[in-house]
Amino acid sequence: MSFNYENSFIIEGGNFEDAGKAAVEIKKTLKNMGITGDTLRKTAIAAYESEINIISYANHGVINVRVTPECVFLDIKDEGPGIEDIEMAMREGYSTASYRIRELGFGAGMGIPNIKNCSDDFELTSEVNKGTHLKVLINITDQ
Amino acid sequence: MTLFEVMDILDAKVLVGREQLNMEVKTAFSADLLSDVLAFAKAGSLLLTGLTNPQIVRTASILDIAAIILVRGKIAPDETLRLADELNIPMLSTRYILFETSGRLYSRGITGCVEKVGRDDSVSL
Amino acid sequence: MMNLSSIVKELNLKVECGKDQLTREVTGGYVGDLLSDVMANSKEGNLWITRQTHQNIVAVASLKELAGIILVQGKEPEEDTLGKASKEGIPILVTNLYTFEVAGKLYKLLS
Repeated sequence: MSFNYENSFIIEGGNFEDAGKAAVEIKKTLKNMGITGDTLRKTAIAAYESEINIISYANHGVINVRVTPECVFLDIKDEGPGIEDIEMAMREGYSTASYRIRELGFGAGMGIPNIKNCSDDFELTSEVNKGTHLKVLINITDQ
Repeated sequence: MTLFEVMDILDAKVLVGREQLNMEVKTAFSADLLSDVLAFAKAGSLLLTGLTNPQIVRTASILDIAAIILVRGKIAPDETLRLADELNIPMLSTRYILFETSGRLYSRGITGCVEKVGRDDSVSL
Repeated sequence: MMNLSSIVKELNLKVECGKDQLTREVTGGYVGDLLSDVMANSKEGNLWITRQTHQNIVAVASLKELAGIILVQGKEPEEDTLGKASKEGIPILVTNLYTFEVAGKLYKLLS
C-alpha cells in the first residue's frame, strides 16, 4: 500500500458550529486511501479532540496531517492563551473549560489524555500567551 | 436486534435514516459528555444522549456509531438533522429519559460494551 | 421503590460515604452529566448515575433531595466532594460499570 498525503486545516477559535468538520474530513480521506481499523480510529479521535481544543481555547490554529507508508503525523499548532500547567492538562479530569463549553458536552478534561492514548509518539509544548504545539505520530499497523 | 425493534421498544420517532431501520445493533453507550464517547464508545454501538448539537453527529461519525437516540423527547435543531442526513447516521428520538431508555434496551438484551481508545481489546460489561 | 442498601448489595456498589444513609427509599433512577439537566429533570428520591466527580454534584443532589449518587467507570469522588457529601448526608457510591450497564441493572431492579 502506498500512502502519501498531506493537507492542512485552518481552525477558527470559538467556532463550535463547525467543530469536528476537519476531523471528519481527515477520517474520510484516510479511509478512502485504504487506511482502516485502529489506525483510522486513533487518527480520527486525535484529530477531533485537537480540533475541539483549538476551538474551545485558542484564537485560531492549524491541523496539519501527513501520511506516509509507515505512519500518520498530526501537527497541531494554535495561537492563543496556551496551557499554563502542562502536567495537569495531561491528567484525566483536569479541565479549564468554561460553562458554555461544558454545556455543549465538552470540557470533561479527557481531551489531551485521549489524544495521548491514541498516539504512538506524542509531544506537547506550550507557551502562555502565545500558543500550543502538539505533535502526534500514529503507526500504520497491519490493515 | 434491529433499529426497527429499538424504535418500537422506545416508542421512538425516526428523525433521520428511515431507510436504515433494518440495521443490526447489539450494544449501546449512554453519555452526555462527548469526550467520554470518544474515549470509550465502541464502533457499531447505539449512542444514547441528551445532547442535540451537531457535535454529537460528528462524534458519531468519527467513531462509526450505528445510530443516535435522543432522549427526553428532544428534537434536534435543523443543522444537526442535516448533518446526520449528510453523514448517513440514523437518528431517533424517544420520550423516555436517559435512565429509562437505557433500562428498556438493557432489559431487552442490548449490552454495554466499551472500547477504550488506543487499546485493541474491547471490554464487555 | 426499593431501599438504597438493597440496591447497594444487588449492584455491588462501593460505599464511599453515607453508610448510615442507606435506609432511604429510591423512587427511580436518573442519568445525567450536565448539572443543569439534572437540576431541571431529576425527581426527589432518585438515585443519580453520573461520571462527574466534582463537589458541585453534592449541591445538586442536596437541592433535589436525591437518594444518592452512583459514580461510574470506577471513578473516585474528589476530596472536596466526599467532605461535602458527608456533611450533607448524601451517599456516594461507586461502580466499575459504565452508565448504560448500571442504569440497565438499576432499572431492572426497580421495575
